[in-house]
Amino acid sequence: MLAGLALVLLISGCGQSQGGQSTLHAESDQSRKIMHLWWGMLAAAVVVFAGAIVLLAIAWKRRNREGLPAVGKDENVSTGLVVAFGIVVPVVCLITLFFIADIGVVNATSAPKPGQAQMKMTVVGHQWFWEVRYDGSQAVTANELHIPARTSVNVRLLSADVIHSFWVPELNKKVDMLPGHPNNIELYADRPGVYRGQCAEFCGLQHANMAMAVYVDTPARFRAWLANQARPLAPPAAGDARAGENVFMTQQCASCHTIRGTAARGTIGPDLTHLATRKTLAALTIPNDRANLTRWVADPQSIKPGNKMPGLNLNATQLRQVVSFLEGLR
Amino acid sequence: MATVIHPEARRRVQRLERIWLDRPGVLGWLTTTDHKKIGILYLFTSLVFFGAGGVEALLVRTQLLTPNGTTLSPGAFSEVMTMHGVTMIFLFVIPISTGAFGNYLVPLMIGARDMAFPRMNAFSFWVFAASGIFMYVGLATGNGPNAGWFDYVPLASRTYNPGSAIDFYALGLIFNAISSTAAAINFIVTIFKMRAPGMALNRMPLFCYAFLAVSFALVFALPALSIDCVFLELDRRLGFSFFEPANGGTVLLWQHLFWIFGHPEVYIIILPAFGIATSIIPTFTRRRMVAFPMVALAEVLVAFIGFGVWAHHMFAVGMSTITTVYFAAASMIVVIPSAIQIFAWLTTLVTGTPIFKTPLLWIIGFIVFFIIGGLSGIMFAAIPFDQQLTDTYFVVAHFHFIIFGAAVFPLLGGLYYWFPKVTGRMYSEPVGQASFWLTFVGSALTFFPMHIVGLLGMPRRVYTYQSGLGWDGYNMAETIGAYILAGGLMLLVANLVVSYFRGPKAPDDPFGGATLEWSIPSPPPHYNFAVIPRVTTPYPMWDEQDRIEDMRKLERGEMVLDGGHETPATSVLDANWDEVIDMPSDSPWPIVTALMMSGVFAMLLTGHLVAMCVFLGLMALAVAAWHGAEPEHEAAT
Repeated sequence: MLAGLALVLLISGCGQSQGGQSTLHAESDQSRKIMHLWWGMLAAAVVVFAGAIVLLAIAWKRRNREGLPAVGKDENVSTGLVVAFGIVVPVVCLITLFFIADIGVVNATSAPKPGQAQMKMTVVGHQWFWEVRYDGSQAVTANELHIPARTSVNVRLLSADVIHSFWVPELNKKVDMLPGHPNNIELYADRPGVYRGQCAEFCGLQHANMAMAVYVDTPARFRAWLANQARPLAPPAAGDARAGENVFMTQQCASCHTIRGTAARGTIGPDLTHLATRKTLAALTIPNDRANLTRWVADPQSIKPGNKMPGLNLNATQLRQVVSFLEGLR
Repeated sequence: MATVIHPEARRRVQRLERIWLDRPGVLGWLTTTDHKKIGILYLFTSLVFFGAGGVEALLVRTQLLTPNGTTLSPGAFSEVMTMHGVTMIFLFVIPISTGAFGNYLVPLMIGARDMAFPRMNAFSFWVFAASGIFMYVGLATGNGPNAGWFDYVPLASRTYNPGSAIDFYALGLIFNAISSTAAAINFIVTIFKMRAPGMALNRMPLFCYAFLAVSFALVFALPALSIDCVFLELDRRLGFSFFEPANGGTVLLWQHLFWIFGHPEVYIIILPAFGIATSIIPTFTRRRMVAFPMVALAEVLVAFIGFGVWAHHMFAVGMSTITTVYFAAASMIVVIPSAIQIFAWLTTLVTGTPIFKTPLLWIIGFIVFFIIGGLSGIMFAAIPFDQQLTDTYFVVAHFHFIIFGAAVFPLLGGLYYWFPKVTGRMYSEPVGQASFWLTFVGSALTFFPMHIVGLLGMPRRVYTYQSGLGWDGYNMAETIGAYILAGGLMLLVANLVVSYFRGPKAPDDPFGGATLEWSIPSPPPHYNFAVIPRVTTPYPMWDEQDRIEDMRKLERGEMVLDGGHETPATSVLDANWDEVIDMPSDSPWPIVTALMMSGVFAMLLTGHLVAMCVFLGLMALAVAAWHGAEPEHEAAT
């Protein structure tokens, strides 16, 4: 009954749109194999569960019968049933599962062998954002990974502080990011789209607001995006943005954030060189628009309590100027 | 044996009453060494912690009722979530199963007059109560442990968690482990040495097999947790580097040691439930357990194999494939003993003539939930699936079906089953059935949707979530379910409380139970058994000849042991008569020792090392007094 209900609910939950993080909406070979494994196991589980319910129903039919002895007849038959269904059947099922899952599918989802990947990148987990770097490029970004479609990407996983876990369920399993133990995972997406990911290991106060988006582009668009991200800051010409750069460098911003091509080289917060190209702020917590950016700079603790960015007590002019500067970081 | 008619028999019983009389009043409870009173103390204390853990669960569910909930701040959520786990495991399930059920029932089932070490038994209880209060002082003073119940480093290291929250956790668990270890040793000795003459190991109730297995598992598993916490404290307080990668330590050491304890812990939690199921099922099906030796063996095997599977909690940390495959295979092997037991229960039900009264209903609920939780558990032995779904709500669903559905349901059924024995009153059957259905429906509604929301990508331990990911409806259903579940539990408590005062008088053996506790009056006398019973079968109450013979012995004065505070000891395997043991009387020293030990831990926490040494000295004095002041019993007049 419950399992049947699950089936209905699961199928209704399947039609996720782009940008979800459902394990049942696989968009890569790895994720699909895990999903098929799940459906297969669920089917077997439903059969076992139904069998148990049938036995309980038989017991219910036999309730309160008078005049039967307290000792069962045919103990050998009963013991035989226990051996058959408690040992033989489970052993057969488990051996089958072992070969399918732990010899077969496990290889499909394992980290890429050296030389197998067509592209390499590094993601570093921080409390509470993701730092993203590309091998052979100056580009550094945060919370948004861009990869080309139909390309095997080897992602090195590191942590700058506590344990995080890198998980984009529509593309692959999860792998932990451990301080002192680098790990690797392969990302491969069948087609362009946006795939949501989220930290899966409890990492402190804002574990809940540590999400990321993986943008899968055509190879050409990806190359153009990467070339832009690799460029240092083009200094703003004049006006609010110019004044805002000053505010950024003289207030505390620069001690935590890097903007390539300037004196700002802080490493506590995310690299902001191309902040304005990102769709969200604070690891997918709020959309990146002028109103939210203003809110965030003015009082980050009210939006994501406990994050490492302090309120800076900027006056209204400074706030307007620094937001204008940040908006120009394209 | 309820109605003692023969005048000679009555005289002997009165003498036993006098010899085993306990001190009355509050002082009696503080100094008691009677396993039954200690069991009651354990029961009430662990139920108080169950209430606290339940409130924490409801707070978490209320926070997650809708996206962007505002019931709890992120900091409060971390503390409440951590304390929910710590409370339910260390302060509720283990103490209520071993402390309350084990303490009260194991001596009664094996025909003993007390546990092997009555004072150590009292000491275990007071240490348990003190360790629980210790951790809750942390929560009350705003220093609640907040790194999750498995407390991974480096989130729990001083760098990322300054303050004393984690010290409350680490010291509290070391403190708590002392209690559990003492209790476990007591059970092992009691079960091996105190069985009634004739109760060879192959005639011992399956309930006792479960507790024997649990006790061995506790003795071997707890040191891993304790040493892990010692390492953590050394890192935090004295700057050691066990878990510090920069100085050659490794964060994975914590996880390995934690799960070397943590997985056997799962079986420690669930084996008592198996033991209760194997007590209730034969009674209510009026049929002996099918495949008794296989079930006994399975109970022991589960505890043993459980030590070889710990790293399946760590499949996502990036171990080599060959390592994960080994642990996956081991995890599959541990399925077999559980499958044997499930089919033994089901076959017993099907080939018996079940009476669906309240205690059996809870066992049916247990079987249903254990199968669901077991099946989702097997899925985690499929490595890639584990790596996809670990740390999501799917895991939360899985282990709540196991820990709540499979471990706690039999405990609740057991509360009903033994309530007449303990109180001498009957509970209300209709209200009992209503409380079961409410709890069953509430549990299913709380925990089942968690599978789905986990598959839809919701990680566990998040204090909030965004709308638009398809999680909202399921979370709302879970929260509603949690409140229904709480209602069911409150109905159970109300039923038992009202029945305690107003329920009809219970006979000695209201259900036709098979084991020895049903042979004595309800509630049991202080000395448990007027005659040390002779056992010739695993179902001693269903072989009436033996019990009639016991009656005659009482009249003749054989095997009454009314010469002092006495109980027999028997040989380990065959339970042949060894000797008569003079049992210690009640004593204030166990509680004093536990109090001094609390002082030691409080001073360790606050860093007053000199004061800590003073408390250590006082504790040593208390232990000396404990062993020194043993009053001699006068010979029977």
